[in-house]
Amino acid sequence: MSAAILAGLTGAALVGLGLYGLLTDPHPLRKILAFNILGSGVFLLFGIIARKGAAAGFAADPVPQAMVITGIVVAFSATALAVTLLLRLFQETRRATLEPDAPAKTPDAGVDG
Amino acid sequence: MSVIQALDIGLALLVLAVAGWTIAAREAFASVVGYVAYGLLLSLVWVRLFAVDVALTEAAIGSGVTGVLLISAVVRLRKTEAPAAAERPGVVLRALAAALCTVVAAALAAVVLLMPDPGATLAPEAGQHLGELGVGNPITAVLIAYRSFDTMLEKVVLILAVIGVWSLASDGNWGGVAGPRRGARPEGALAFLAQLLPPLGIVVAIHIVWVGANEPGGAFQGGAILAAMALIVLMARLTEAPEIRRRWLRLALIAGPAVFLVVGIAGFAIPGSFLAYPAGWAKPLILLIEAFMTLSIAATLPMLVIGPPDRPPS
Repeated sequence: MSAAILAGLTGAALVGLGLYGLLTDPHPLRKILAFNILGSGVFLLFGIIARKGAAAGFAADPVPQAMVITGIVVAFSATALAVTLLLRLFQETRRATLEPDAPAKTPDAGVDG
Repeated sequence: MSVIQALDIGLALLVLAVAGWTIAAREAFASVVGYVAYGLLLSLVWVRLFAVDVALTEAAIGSGVTGVLLISAVVRLRKTEAPAAAERPGVVLRALAAALCTVVAAALAAVVLLMPDPGATLAPEAGQHLGELGVGNPITAVLIAYRSFDTMLEKVVLILAVIGVWSLASDGNWGGVAGPRRGARPEGALAFLAQLLPPLGIVVAIHIVWVGANEPGGAFQGGAILAAMALIVLMARLTEAPEIRRRWLRLALIAGPAVFLVVGIAGFAIPGSFLAYPAGWAKPLILLIEAFMTLSIAATLPMLVIGPPDRPPS
């Protein structure tokens, strides 16, 4: 099994792992992390497409690679915006939840001291 | 099985294990630390795919700058972890989600295994015009020449993200300062490193931008290193970020896409289409665009990391 196929399979597994985290973890920051793992799995799938496109003396097709570089930068800007939105939500409500019908303010006593 | 194959398999297992840790870790802080390690391991996988440009970008932006952003966020959100844990879905729902994710991963794995070899490629087309462009790195050629429209719009996305982040400031702080305050007496290892590293980092960054024409590297990677230098100086509290109302800051943020757009519009006049470079002028124009793009990336990334201004302008 070549390094490229192995990386492609890793990418496929990362998409699965990231999707699981995105679906099941209730904390928005953890969802953002999981979404980034999902995204990097998709990037790795681009990596195997690039590697299989090796031709004309290049070790890998440059077009998918350039797309991944653009993608990493765009993923970072989206992450930064999402994290800032989340911090602002926390600043306004003292909570960070996506639950629509949660109480407006959780009592601060006890568990989270 | 050769040694290199064994290393590849070990690396793949390590990447998956660290990703699993990032998803499953009980504490969000541990999860973020896992994510930073994951990004660095992933850049090794990119090296094994012979994609050194991507590996550099992943290490600098995907792992480094994102890591700083997430670590400062997770510390501020620590109190929200316990209430969130109570909202965790039940076992049945999680099992269903796991089944769905396994199906998705298996389908993608099947696509990987069934992919034709050699696959479709644009490499010959990308290599054909390198001589006319005067660049040797085909990825730089794709980014700044063949698909330059994508790259320009991506710079616009960065600016939109900055506008989005800034617009979350409260009214009183508009125009003010974001990020760590200047320390009264910076000391310790971080302050020492923040004085020692930036001169070296600036040289390395300029080198990476310059060799990006022919070797792995370029404006993204160099700009990210410059941004990292700015961030370490800010985190060591040697200085404060500029007020966001400063005109020079705003000019630095938009310089990259603005120069790109001007060159693109000039393309209407001389070669006759948007973003076309006149014959013989490609290389100097590419260098001009890359220089201003590096400046903009170096200004944008730290502004995105430190967030909206949290104190009013002086």
